[in-house]
Amino acid sequence: MELFLGLITGFFFGFLLQKGQVLRFERQVGFMLLRDMTIIKFMATAVVVGMVGIYACHAAGLISLSLKATNVGAIVIGGLIFGVGWAIAGFCPGTSVGALAEGRFHALWAILGMLIGAAAYAEIYPSLQSNILSWGNYGKITLPHVLGVSPWLVIGAWIVAVIAFFTWAEKKGL
Amino acid sequence: MSLLRKASWSPYLAGALVGILAVLSVVVTTVVLDKGHYLGASTTFVRASGLMEQVVAPQHVADNAYFQSKKVKIDWQMLFVIGIFAGAFVSARLGGSAKHETVPPIWRERFGDSALKRGIGSFIGGAILLFGARMAGGCPSGHGMSGNMQLSVSSLLALIFFMVGGIITARLLYGKGGQ
Repeated sequence: MELFLGLITGFFFGFLLQKGQVLRFERQVGFMLLRDMTIIKFMATAVVVGMVGIYACHAAGLISLSLKATNVGAIVIGGLIFGVGWAIAGFCPGTSVGALAEGRFHALWAILGMLIGAAAYAEIYPSLQSNILSWGNYGKITLPHVLGVSPWLVIGAWIVAVIAFFTWAEKKGL
Repeated sequence: MSLLRKASWSPYLAGALVGILAVLSVVVTTVVLDKGHYLGASTTFVRASGLMEQVVAPQHVADNAYFQSKKVKIDWQMLFVIGIFAGAFVSARLGGSAKHETVPPIWRERFGDSALKRGIGSFIGGAILLFGARMAGGCPSGHGMSGNMQLSVSSLLALIFFMVGGIITARLLYGKGGQ
């Protein structure tokens, strides 16, 4: 059942990634060159719709959150490293397999590279535990927790910011 | 059916449906599996590389602290990633938007139309990005979408630095070409 649910969820996700055109190298790098905001429109809409649903279900006691630890050193350094590779490859882990499925064969090399990158990280991980991975670890925290406000206030701010951004992007034709 | 046969949808519509899908996934997996599954992709590459490495060096994989923490096995997320392939394949066929591409235009403009050169770039980029994603604890799916839906501080930070790294590198690599 676990595997079936994973497959069906992935199927819908892949379907929507393809329909939204965000699998393409051109869209991904187009964003990084700040001339095409398609992937941000897609992602930010998903995020705001998702946060309303997640916090509504969480408030109803239906689900629990699954947060990743805020280890600032690893996130800043790892995030920047990710960005470098992302600009070169033009795919991210989730979109690479979908890009291959829509015929963009150069994604295959990125997928193979990712497997090598994962293996390399596993090798180096033990030596990072006492330094980078432990720099500035604030644990599993949320924005409303840090700011001391209701999550709905943060969600409201996200929605306003996202709508303002969309309005700007549409006006600029990006 | 006519909607499914369209080559593309508005990114706002497709994105909103992904938001709903993400919430439904957590609710359904919490009810059925007793463990909520948030969307994510990069850990699958760790498990997949562990499964392959196991074939030649099982003891080495068993002894590795990272493989131990991520558990090298076929799980929900691995099938999720396989599902992405299937869903994108069906969508592209239905919409007639599949496109054979070995060198994308922005790349060609800067580096020429050698498929080998593009393959090497794709491979190196893939290796670097997955290494970085694992150090940061996630990729644009796990951190960028799932984490930010939960208003996680770590995920907002990760998303910002993904973009900073990407924007700077893209500018250096491709310049303002094509404009």
